[in-house]
Amino acid sequence: MIVYTLKRLLAGVITVWFIATATFIAMHQVPGDPLLNDKAVSAEIRKNLERRYGLDKPITHQYLIFLRNMLPPNPDFGISFTQQNRRVNDIIKDHFPVSAILGLLAIFFSAAGGVLFGALTAIYRNRLPDIVIMFLVILGISVPSFVFAALGQLLLVNVNSLMGYSLIPVAGWGSFTHMLMPSLVLGLGTMALLTRLMRTSMLDVVNEDYIKTARAKGLSPQRIFFKHQLRNAILPVITVLGPQIAVITTGGFIVELVFAIPGLGRYFVQAVQQLDYTVIMGTTVFYGAFLVFMVIVVDILYGFIDPRVRVQ
Amino acid sequence: MSVLDFSPARRTAQIEQLTRPSLSYWQDAWIRLRKNVRAIISLYIIILLGIFTALGPVLWQVDPALQDLNQVSQPPSLPKTAILVGQYEPWKGIVIEDFPPEAIEYLEMVDAPMGLRTSDHPTTQRVRLIWNPVHGASGYNIYRNQRYPEDFNDLGLPLGGTFAGNEVSYEDRLSLESRSYYYSVVPTDGFDEYESFSVVEIIPRTSITLDEARSRGLLPEGKTIGEEVSLKFHPFGTDYLGRDIMARLMEGARVSLFIGIFAPLFYVLFGVIYGGFAGYFGGQIDALLMRFADFVVALPFLLFMILFKIAFGIGPGESGIVPMLIALVLLSWPSTARLVRGQVLKIREQGYIDAARLLGGRHHYLVLRHIIPNTIGVILVTLTFAVPFAIFTEAFLSFIGMGVAPPHPSWGSMCNEGVKTMLSHPHELIFPAVFISITVLAFNLLGDGLTEALDSRMRARE
Amino acid sequence: MRLTLTAYLLLFTIGCLGQVNATSVDFDSQSITIAFSEEPPQLNSMKATDSVSIDVLSHTMEGLARYDRRGQMVPGVADRWEIDDRTATFWLNKNAKWSDGVPVTAKDFVFAWRTALDPATASEYAFILYALKNAEVINKGELPPTALAVRALDDHTLEIELERPTAYFINLTAFASYFPIREEFYKKKGERYAADASDLIYNGAFMMTEWVHGASLKLVKNPHYWNKDSISLNAINVDYITADSRSQLNLFIDGKIVHTQLDGDTYKDALSQKFRIRRFTTGVIYFQEYNHRPGRITANKNVRKAIQHVFDPHEMVNRVLATPGNLPGESLFPVWLNGVKGKFRQEYPAPRAKIDVSLARKYLENAKTELGIKEIPPLVLLVGESPTATKNAEYMQGLLKSKLGLDIKIDKQTFKQRLAKMSSGDFDMVGAGWGPDYDDVMTFGDLYASWNLNNRGRYINPEYDRLVRVAMNSSVPQVRMDAMGEMQQILFDDAVLLPTSEQGIIYLIHPKLKGVTRRVIGADPDYTYARVVK
Repeated sequence: MIVYTLKRLLAGVITVWFIATATFIAMHQVPGDPLLNDKAVSAEIRKNLERRYGLDKPITHQYLIFLRNMLPPNPDFGISFTQQNRRVNDIIKDHFPVSAILGLLAIFFSAAGGVLFGALTAIYRNRLPDIVIMFLVILGISVPSFVFAALGQLLLVNVNSLMGYSLIPVAGWGSFTHMLMPSLVLGLGTMALLTRLMRTSMLDVVNEDYIKTARAKGLSPQRIFFKHQLRNAILPVITVLGPQIAVITTGGFIVELVFAIPGLGRYFVQAVQQLDYTVIMGTTVFYGAFLVFMVIVVDILYGFIDPRVRVQ
Repeated sequence: MSVLDFSPARRTAQIEQLTRPSLSYWQDAWIRLRKNVRAIISLYIIILLGIFTALGPVLWQVDPALQDLNQVSQPPSLPKTAILVGQYEPWKGIVIEDFPPEAIEYLEMVDAPMGLRTSDHPTTQRVRLIWNPVHGASGYNIYRNQRYPEDFNDLGLPLGGTFAGNEVSYEDRLSLESRSYYYSVVPTDGFDEYESFSVVEIIPRTSITLDEARSRGLLPEGKTIGEEVSLKFHPFGTDYLGRDIMARLMEGARVSLFIGIFAPLFYVLFGVIYGGFAGYFGGQIDALLMRFADFVVALPFLLFMILFKIAFGIGPGESGIVPMLIALVLLSWPSTARLVRGQVLKIREQGYIDAARLLGGRHHYLVLRHIIPNTIGVILVTLTFAVPFAIFTEAFLSFIGMGVAPPHPSWGSMCNEGVKTMLSHPHELIFPAVFISITVLAFNLLGDGLTEALDSRMRARE
Repeated sequence: MRLTLTAYLLLFTIGCLGQVNATSVDFDSQSITIAFSEEPPQLNSMKATDSVSIDVLSHTMEGLARYDRRGQMVPGVADRWEIDDRTATFWLNKNAKWSDGVPVTAKDFVFAWRTALDPATASEYAFILYALKNAEVINKGELPPTALAVRALDDHTLEIELERPTAYFINLTAFASYFPIREEFYKKKGERYAADASDLIYNGAFMMTEWVHGASLKLVKNPHYWNKDSISLNAINVDYITADSRSQLNLFIDGKIVHTQLDGDTYKDALSQKFRIRRFTTGVIYFQEYNHRPGRITANKNVRKAIQHVFDPHEMVNRVLATPGNLPGESLFPVWLNGVKGKFRQEYPAPRAKIDVSLARKYLENAKTELGIKEIPPLVLLVGESPTATKNAEYMQGLLKSKLGLDIKIDKQTFKQRLAKMSSGDFDMVGAGWGPDYDDVMTFGDLYASWNLNNRGRYINPEYDRLVRVAMNSSVPQVRMDAMGEMQQILFDDAVLLPTSEQGIIYLIHPKLKGVTRRVIGADPDYTYARVVK
């Protein structure tokens, strides 16, 4: 077990190195000049700016410096180009937690909703609840998220103005109520996916021998449902949850933009548009590392949850 | 009763046969799929979309790039008519010479302007307002609303103003439509407004200049200024530059479906070859290849999509579809590769492969006859689910302004434009959104149908 | 147990609601809540270049002089001043203090200006200090910063030598780059200067007490501000940071912010909500810049003339931009600029090109003959990413194709890529905008001087350069304005650029908030003198 974990971790470190290198190469392929701005500057000032960001050195040298600075225990991604007195580390430290909370809540909503609706559709197979929920699921899968975000906000505005009282804020960040609508919108796609998966999984499980056995034993339907059917049907849902965490935590740009949330996703999009080298490197490497280790953690945890897949 | 009473029964019919016609895997799958109504409807929808994209432009020969500033953001409607007008001539306006331009003394309150009216017939080309000067005013502000103003705070759009008490005219040319407008004129002291105003209702007529009607081929022989012509018909309405939405949907379909179909095709193909190779040969090669695939999987998808898309760059006039396609292929192949590898590994261990090998089957025979046919079901399912994914990715990139370059439309970019005006011009959002939804839905349901039709476990259950 | 849990949940919910339900204006505490379109990227006054940062700085810092509500110059840190062609002397207000109570001295200005000009600081706005004697040579690294001809005679007297007569020098002193910085504080903070609310020290009407990056800022009244009695607001809360105009409108409708800008997409929704809509001309001019580098098609004057005679800025403003407030672009010099006595554009009316397709085609034929080609190859129109820029480019493409048969290739690029292409001259036309840095025609006029690095199309005309120098080296209004009038004529005759529009915006403001100033230069919107009424 320990050997396995160590092996996985080593592979993870190599993967992060790969991500860093790929980002570095891709970023320097982007045409354009990070030091240009609306107002043109003289050659002398430009030279000073280049020195400040280490752009006066050859590219291989820059790469090596970057790798050295990235090494644990104190990885340092340097100073942002656009926010010239903020360190990229601070940007990540300040804004990643916001994205993470948003993502976690979205995962929670989608998992809870997915399991609940999936189970419901399976129970009421081909009856009204099934049809209604599956219709909503189809909507959730086939409408782009930015449309949902805009509609969700509009809904809040209308509800609030109807009540003449601001029940749920339409944008911003700070309290729990701020998080409700954005995380719901963010988790909607995943929820739809999980509902479908849960439904199929439930229907599969019904035909398993151990359910038949349980029924033959004369267990109560409730007990069969909760103890056997639901528990076993959830397993495949948990498997896809791992990769979905990645989708949700990095896919928050739109929601962050529309709902004025200070998450890291917004900074990344801005950084790409502004060609902010250090922020691009910092955010991608950080996200990459985060996802790689999340996958490892999920895999290891999965071994605990399902004894059948415990590692040799 | 003796033995003779018995005689052999006549064979009246064939013995009951417990066989059914031999069906190949594909025939069987097809029968199964045909029973699935949703999948079949989806299949028809996909075929219809293909026809819409390929044949649409032949039937609906409207240039998707043709702008018509006389019909901007028009909702779907019946054909409209317009009155022919001459070339726009600048208007000097009206200045009353014997009235003081600046108030002689500051007054706490002034009267509302009297006699607010138009100087001639209002058209959508221009509305010319005149009114009588107000004693004590040093200028006027002009507002326009779409309903009768309830109070001073409800005057509507601030169009502009005049900066002298004797300048008593205003010409409005701001995106006029043929509908009721309520114009208000408010006197000012040159800096702040007085709280008095008068209102007039004006309905401009849709107009088109003679030159423009001619250049658009809307001018029948002998028609001249003052007469009516009918305007171009737009069944799905027009967008923010007066372009035909139907024609744009057709052109946008090419971009969206191109990305949606070709990107998955390429990366699934690559994934199949890569994964098949790794799975078939196994061992060190497999380990190495799969390690690399793991690297690529670990790249944060959307972040790299944006980065790659920009790194490839778009030249002037290019749509940027190809860079998007390449980026998608580069980032998406590993999942298929993994899947196919797993499948191949499984099949490789099956008894019939060993049997075939024992009988002297060569590599390419094994691959062509056994391995590919047995994996193709999985591949087909992956492909159908990859289409919606690719279409969504394109839409997402368009939303953050990194999609296809203008003037090329795509459903995603049309949606993005439409979202901004979803309350005032919902049709600009609804049409592209519905097309995206239908396509995504159709491919999803078809994918579901295929999964069921091809899945041997499901077959066993019946 | 269950009861307590419910009670907790209830309390939690109520707590959240209470927090959420703060309104955008509060009469008793005289506080308001606003939204920013982005986080201020740079609050170091020597380096700030963007409008959001300059907006924050203009509320929290003060230069020697400042603009009043109607745009007139009034005392800031300086009580009074004397300016002639070569020198300027400022007497500082003895009550002017930093937010920690330490007086603002003349040395703080000397330090700020020397540091900003030091090439090591790499300030992008250093050029605005070039009015000071020796500033340009210092900025090029040829003289040490101490050579700057600005002296603190004592703590409260500042003597300045000017490089050349600068008629608008007093306006410059209100600009962010001219704000004072306290040496000891700046050195103590080092790299961290201006990185957080506590890493800055303020001498303006407000001071920043909180800065949650990406989320919120809080400005409160500065108790040490010398003119604090004229300030009514106690707090300006920036609780939302979003560039999405629909989100901002939604926040306004929900009563969460006091001000929001509308655009072509949202104003119809605002109309249906029955809000009072206001209009303001921002002073920014938008235009298509041509590439004048030799060998480019657009270096040919007849090509440019042809485009000039088919492009109708009125149609652009009324039918394409289609929001009130925008004015048709008819000159590089916007209508609000002051001339000798009245407005510049009234004294020197901008020449207008008649919209005439056949004349334009004639120009185009001449161009083809001159260039010796049968067909004009497709022209590259470089644009940025903003939806408006894209829309304008699409309109331009449609117009030139239908009227002149000219093919246009739109080259849409991200911000830095567009700038790189502009600098290297990899375009035929590019959509550009220019906002004023100070209140004088020159802020636009020297844009096409051959030495100006922002002249990215490399237009070179000795006669134009001569006129710029005339206007630069004189302090006689008539002489200067006459020169600029001639420049305006040259720009038209040569069709050097194609002005498209003067930016106007429409916006909503809370009816209980009075005294918010919109201005072309400096803080906009300016809440300094605003107050909440009952």
